[in-house]
Amino acid sequence: MIALLIRDLRLAVRAGGGFGLGLAFFLLVAVIVPLGVGPEPAVLARIAPGILWVGALLACLLSLDRIFALDFEDGSLDLLATSPMPLEGVVAVKALAHWLVTGLPLVLAAPVLAVLLNLPGAGFLWLVASLALGTPALSVIGAFGAALTVGVKRGGLLMSLLVLPLYMPTLIFGAEVVKRGAAGMAVATPLALLAGITAGAVALLPFASAAAIRVNLR
Amino acid sequence: MEMWVKDLSVARAGIPVLEAVSFRLLPGQALVLRGPNGIGKTTLLRTLAGLQPALAGEVVVGAESVAYAAHADGVKAVLTVAENLAFWAAAYGTDAVAGALAAMNLEALADRRAANLSAGQKRRLGLARLLVTGRPIWVMDEPTISLDQASVMLFAGVVARHLAAGGSALIATHIDLGLEAEVLDLTPFKARAPQAGGRIGAFDEAFG
Amino acid sequence: MSIWEYANPKRFMQTSSLLLPWVTAAAVLCLVIGLVWGAFFTPEADKFGSTVKIIYLHVPAAMMAISAWMMMLVTSLIWLIRRHHVSALSAKAAAPIGLTFTLIGLVTGAIWGQPMWGTWWAWDPRLTSFLILALFYLGYIALWEAVEDRDTAADLTSVLCIVGSVFAFLSRYAVLFWNQGLHQGASLSIDKEEHVADVYSSPLYVCIAGFVLLFVTLVLLRTRTEIRARRLSALLARERLA
Repeated sequence: MIALLIRDLRLAVRAGGGFGLGLAFFLLVAVIVPLGVGPEPAVLARIAPGILWVGALLACLLSLDRIFALDFEDGSLDLLATSPMPLEGVVAVKALAHWLVTGLPLVLAAPVLAVLLNLPGAGFLWLVASLALGTPALSVIGAFGAALTVGVKRGGLLMSLLVLPLYMPTLIFGAEVVKRGAAGMAVATPLALLAGITAGAVALLPFASAAAIRVNLR
Repeated sequence: MEMWVKDLSVARAGIPVLEAVSFRLLPGQALVLRGPNGIGKTTLLRTLAGLQPALAGEVVVGAESVAYAAHADGVKAVLTVAENLAFWAAAYGTDAVAGALAAMNLEALADRRAANLSAGQKRRLGLARLLVTGRPIWVMDEPTISLDQASVMLFAGVVARHLAAGGSALIATHIDLGLEAEVLDLTPFKARAPQAGGRIGAFDEAFG
Repeated sequence: MSIWEYANPKRFMQTSSLLLPWVTAAAVLCLVIGLVWGAFFTPEADKFGSTVKIIYLHVPAAMMAISAWMMMLVTSLIWLIRRHHVSALSAKAAAPIGLTFTLIGLVTGAIWGQPMWGTWWAWDPRLTSFLILALFYLGYIALWEAVEDRDTAADLTSVLCIVGSVFAFLSRYAVLFWNQGLHQGASLSIDKEEHVADVYSSPLYVCIAGFVLLFVTLVLLRTRTEIRARRLSALLARERLA
């Protein structure tokens, strides 16, 4: 299992486009939005929590098809499925690798971009906390979408259509945490709900994803 | 460790392709599958590897005893040869990378990225993976594609040693590997049309 | 005799061809009676004026939008557990109908919302949930279309339906949390005092019955079509084999 994690991380680092692209996209969103809505600090401060969460979500979405598609194309997925590792574990580890390569950099970069968007000072801590709690769910749910569409040629758009509705609860609670945190309100409830969704998704979705991959390999 | 296939019928995309295939593969034995393109060799091998369910029949085989080598090698281009093998060795919980590199004559290439290998070298790497699995029954789909004459002989030697050590091999190939192997021609097992008494899926059955 | 015998495609075709005319007639009867009664023979409400009459389309459509998804969830589970093809095909058949009901609910709601709330659209929890439901339907239908092998598609969409149900449910509560809204509470309920007066609710019940029957009619029709299409491809495959 650890060998698989190391392999996936190595692949992401060496193939390029792993760490870099998602992060660059996130940066672009943070730059483009002020250009679109205007530079008034008050407006930016109000929309910053939502923009940062939507940006992180889209950056995550961009790299999802790499989770299984490359392994499917070169036959590795067949070999992984016939290896002694349980496929559920393979899915979970691959989602973890995706989070380390995509989600974690987003969490770390978010405070910097929050400065660009004029997020109120009280919100920074909650931005990092909510992204750290929520992005693992994005990776696991995304892995499920990628598993469903792994056999579909040019399935990227279809995958977005399947995954985005599944992202909505995470997005709502995540952005709500930051919004409330920035306004100095209590954040315990949305934070707990966000954590609950992540915990549930991490615990259960790998089974659904593994089932989908088995069906797709048949 | 033996593999016993009883009355196996397999389907591709829901359509039966082979029916009532039976054979027994004993330790030390190699079995070569022959048959024209499209007869269902790959489908049969994928079924035996556990990637797809059988339509009917039974495969009796020890748990965790089959290693499957598909058409595609599953070689990662950005990893080195040694890293590729080390991953599979770790996945199967063995420690046989050095031996596998030596056996497939890959030692000189160990630190080269797989992207810089020729097609034949990549194939050798893919086959070396079988050695690090430590599994007794090798199920191989056209293993000699893109191998040159010398590499084919090298590979045949590896298989022969595997058999001598009590392993067994099921090989779909058209090339004579020079092994003492039984040949199973799949042509007689081609699925018949339902009018001719062939098996039909449960869904069609309902329409009588 | 077991209920599963009806899951046999041949048996299903026989039974459904007997049932269809009756169900269709009942659906037409209920819809005509309910809609005419509701539109022309109910008094105008104090608060709402004549706009209230759109509830005879809006409420049943919205109810059936959710019920259709529930039915797909049940038939998907039956397919995954018992591998009855009719079950999977009926889920496939129901999806576009459910999507249509969802859209009818949204559009009639917008038409009603304009005079009532002064806006065609508000990010109200109910409206938002329905929009999300429409997206779930879209994704489900798109997955059916994208996967070539039909049994594979049936398996994948079933898994999506189950996971999607959980997330649709979560979205419903997430959206409630996110915005408290303009939409009035349920129009009909057993235990609440505040539901609409009998003069309005009686034709509404007839309309709901009509929509249920309409849904059954359409699902039966579309499932029959799917079975025929499926049989056609089985015959073509058989021909290639011969």
